Amino acid sequence: MRRLTIGIAFALLACSHAAIAQDTVKIGYIDPLSGGGASVGEVGLKTFQFLADELNAKGGILGKKVEIVPLDNKTNPQESLIQAQKAIDAGVRYVTQGNGSSVAGALSDFVTKYNDRNPGKEVLYFNYAAVDPILTNAKCSFWHFRWDANSDIKMEALTNYMKGVPTIKKLYLINQDYSFGESVRSAAKTMLKAKRPDIAIVGDELHPLLKITDFAPYVAKIKASGADTVVTGNWGQDFALLLKAAADTGLKVNWYTYYAGGTGGPTAIKQANLNHQVFQIAEGIPNLGNPAADTFEKALRAKYDFSLFYPRAVNEMRMFAAAAEKAKSVDPVKVATALEGMEFDVYDGGKGTMRKEDHQFFQPMYIASFGERTEKEPFDEEKTGWGWRQAAKIEAEQTTLPTTCKMERPN
Amino acid sequence: MPERSRLISRGWCVVLELIVISTLNGVLFGILLFLMASGLTVIFSMLGVLNFAHASFYMLGAFFGFQISRWVGFWPALLIAPLLAGALGAAVERFGLRQVHRNGHVAELLFTFGLAFAIEEIVQIIWGKSPVDFRIPPLLDFSAFTIFSTNYPAYKMFMLLVSIIIFAGLLVALKKTRIGLIVQAALTHPQMVGHLGHNVGRIFMLVFGVGTALAAIAGVIAGPALVTQSNMAALLGPILFVVVVVGGLGSLPGAFIASLLIGLVQTFAVSMNGSLDGAFGPLSPAYAQTWLADIWGVTVAQIAPIMPYVLLVLILIFRPMGLLGTRDT
Amino acid sequence: MSELTSSVAPPYPAFSDKLKFYGIWVAAALMLLVLPRIFGSGGALTTFSLIGISIIFSLSYNILLGQTGMLSFGHAVYYGLGGFLVIHAINIISANKLPIPLPVVPLIGGLTGLFFAALLGWVSTQRSGTAFAMISLGVAELVASSALILRTFFGGEAGISANRTKLMRLFDWNFGPQIQIYYLVAAWTLLAMVAMYALTRTPLGRMCNAVRDNPERVQFVGYDPHVVRYLAFCFAGFFAGIAGALAAINFEIANSAYLGAIQSGTVLFSTYIGGVGFFIGPIVGAMFVTVLSLSLSDLTSVWQLYFGLFFISVVTFAPGGITGLLMMHRPLLKGGTLGKVLPFYLIALIPTFAMVAGLVLAIETVVHHTVNPGDDPNIRAFGINFNASSPVTWIVALFLIVAGFVVARKTWSWLARAWDDALTTARDRGYHA
Repeated sequence: MRRLTIGIAFALLACSHAAIAQDTVKIGYIDPLSGGGASVGEVGLKTFQFLADELNAKGGILGKKVEIVPLDNKTNPQESLIQAQKAIDAGVRYVTQGNGSSVAGALSDFVTKYNDRNPGKEVLYFNYAAVDPILTNAKCSFWHFRWDANSDIKMEALTNYMKGVPTIKKLYLINQDYSFGESVRSAAKTMLKAKRPDIAIVGDELHPLLKITDFAPYVAKIKASGADTVVTGNWGQDFALLLKAAADTGLKVNWYTYYAGGTGGPTAIKQANLNHQVFQIAEGIPNLGNPAADTFEKALRAKYDFSLFYPRAVNEMRMFAAAAEKAKSVDPVKVATALEGMEFDVYDGGKGTMRKEDHQFFQPMYIASFGERTEKEPFDEEKTGWGWRQAAKIEAEQTTLPTTCKMERPN
Repeated sequence: MPERSRLISRGWCVVLELIVISTLNGVLFGILLFLMASGLTVIFSMLGVLNFAHASFYMLGAFFGFQISRWVGFWPALLIAPLLAGALGAAVERFGLRQVHRNGHVAELLFTFGLAFAIEEIVQIIWGKSPVDFRIPPLLDFSAFTIFSTNYPAYKMFMLLVSIIIFAGLLVALKKTRIGLIVQAALTHPQMVGHLGHNVGRIFMLVFGVGTALAAIAGVIAGPALVTQSNMAALLGPILFVVVVVGGLGSLPGAFIASLLIGLVQTFAVSMNGSLDGAFGPLSPAYAQTWLADIWGVTVAQIAPIMPYVLLVLILIFRPMGLLGTRDT
Repeated sequence: MSELTSSVAPPYPAFSDKLKFYGIWVAAALMLLVLPRIFGSGGALTTFSLIGISIIFSLSYNILLGQTGMLSFGHAVYYGLGGFLVIHAINIISANKLPIPLPVVPLIGGLTGLFFAALLGWVSTQRSGTAFAMISLGVAELVASSALILRTFFGGEAGISANRTKLMRLFDWNFGPQIQIYYLVAAWTLLAMVAMYALTRTPLGRMCNAVRDNPERVQFVGYDPHVVRYLAFCFAGFFAGIAGALAAINFEIANSAYLGAIQSGTVLFSTYIGGVGFFIGPIVGAMFVTVLSLSLSDLTSVWQLYFGLFFISVVTFAPGGITGLLMMHRPLLKGGTLGKVLPFYLIALIPTFAMVAGLVLAIETVVHHTVNPGDDPNIRAFGINFNASSPVTWIVALFLIVAGFVVARKTWSWLARAWDDALTTARDRGYHA
């Protein structure tokens, strides 16, 4: 119902040509808030609102209040463009989005074209979770900044870790049949061949996205191949069902994943009783022992009853504030210039850099396994009693990859 | 020599294992589909309306089962959830469809379409959009037998058993009881049955209720095995309609054959890695970036979910009435 | 005998009738020209463009549903394929610098829609009624799933994008700004409306109506219903392709959502809610549903539920749609008895509104408890503050629903009686329709 007031305010604002009040900085949050993706979108929205509250408690950005404007894109690229247009009409000059690289691509394209055709009214796009490498390579844009390690970077970090795990002999790849799954498998094959040519890739499976209800035949194939390790980018129900089928048939392998920590993942792992056999590559987990992060985590859980899945959102908002302070302005062009090349203390400790060439953020990454906790791991996930434990830390320098970006800069 | 023969026999073992497991899973999936398709076919034969919301009752069965099993346990839920869903179905027929009936068949179909939409939304509001934790009852949470090296869960055998019991019960009810006789008659000659003095309205309500209860039972038993989520209906719905059209609208045996066929085809397709690329060798690099390359490289496993629709189009071209179709619409 | 022929053969239209007929079209064109002056913001222009696209799409769908009685659940396939081909066409044209300006490009989309409708239509239209609906659903799912397999053509999830400003300029317009896109869409909308209206006036259009009403009799008269349905399908595909092309031009991207079930469902909603019995029905429905789907999602997170419930109400209580409801009053208006019924309408609408308000309140309160339990329970609805956790809200909601329902039943029966009286009087005065 709070949205009712926001919606009415929107309608009034959109109809007028008047300039909007200058004492707030609006950030448009364009992600699914209804329909299938809403559970993830709602979590993201609340995370950003929490972060905005944190900034406002310290006086906001350059004295201006930070306001998150929720915009439901129904996980649809066209709808995202409509919402972006609505947001621009209402005075929003920063949009953030993360769920779905297809949406991200459309949004990045739109923002670039809009800024090109409307000089002086530029809009910046902060990408916090869409990991298609193409957004900071062939389709890079000056107006797009990405805080999540893209899927190739994650694979680079993961394979660097796997270099030092001699027990991995036979590896099975299973992924969702779309651009992300494709990039995971091709990156995995290329990087493993270079770093651990002795690992035999005994299977390479692509299954339709979010359509399979019973993974038993896939698990049967994994078993038949004799693999001891499975690498998968699966998320959502594709992850949960895969694990369920594996548990049903008694498959005993180690799982290296991207999104095991996503909504429903921890529950699936616990149900399948895979104690510290499922690993995840991420830029942060709750049990790293960093006191500031622990305080933040406790406060977030107290308010919203979910754990922080987006440390990168924390980095994004804090860096945005820092860039605005550095540029002494909230004008998008000046903020963008201040942001690129910026070094920053990231949420979980350590330093990260927003690379100037492609606007990709590089930060320390963590490999963590999910299972029974000790006193060193105070936080559990989704009320399962189990929690994340760090298996390895990959420094930012070891995650760096070259880029093919040829960025067109405004003059 | 013995080494080679051992390798060959191991290779055969793997293939045999895959075939056996896939057959079991395929038959199971097919029977589940038939549980739903049978209700749909009977409703269509009697009322002339294809219940678009049928898969939604499957979903309601799963969610009711989940909630009731949370409160009182799985076994009472197995009984109560289908009854609840069936009662809801009967109410929908009595208070909804009957009003819409006078507006024509298109309006009835659209009503059920809107109903499917609304039910999905309501389920999302009450239970959320993420999967819910519907567990297999501890009594059944073991592996029934081990084929070669794969454990086959006992719960799946239980699903098979329940489905067979239900079918046997339905068959007996249809053929041996009085009400079953009336329903059989109303299946082909509803007006005549009305003329003979039977309360056709009440029979319709009963049939709709039983049909939806069947779908709900499928939901309750499938819920713990598959993911119980608010998009269940949207995932299974189109396949259900393909089953009904392929089997022939209005034919129960046809629906049975079609369900098994589609269940087996999908499950087997997933385990096959064959592609044109593997069979005939790679395309010349000149075609690398074209659509031909996509088709050449795609594996059977990747196109497994669209196999039912391919089957649909094939049937439509070669046998438009469906496999055992008896009625025109 | 002469009475029969005089009532069967329509008289030659008077000059005033002709003026009224063409006047409507001219007025529509003028309104399209003037609209941007009144509402000039970027968001408003985008909304108008989307409404225009939706009008073309819904009208094309009505060729199938309203005119020929074919309920299709997969019409978005032709919309989407038109969109995809146009995006590829724009890329090809700008790469090769061909002399084809943007306003001609939607025709390419139309021809694509026509091509695929001709390809898939013969098999699809073999059966009609329920079987056709299921077939259209299956074919649509097939195409939509194939979109993720044929990556080079469909671009996978990300889709394909293009830059519409790189084409040859027309009158120094490069079609970058939204206002130019609005005029492009408005022009095509007018063209498509004229063409589709003309189609309804042709013998083919009339035979489509005949196939809808009595296919057996059509066979007696010597036409093959299958062929008639097939032709209607092809025309519908053509105009759907144009709509898809304009959408692709507007968003500069085409992805598999264009072909999906949600897009097919939306056009079905628009057309049916507007009313399938009249030409203007889908136009009204398109405007209504587009505006609603854009703005409702800002007001409530369960807008899809309201949509579904609204659709069910329309199917149950007003199968003629909005225009059907309005046109029902035409004899009353002409006969001068409309005034008698209006007070009863007002009386009946009050308890109905109360019931709806109670329902909305109940739904929003339940949503608040199940979806956002941690939020502040003070919610604002219609300018009044409510506390979602207090029992007062529940009691008020329950009271509104029950009392509203009971009173509404009574008042609607009064309204029905008054309406019957008014209709009889109008009929006596000679106004039948």
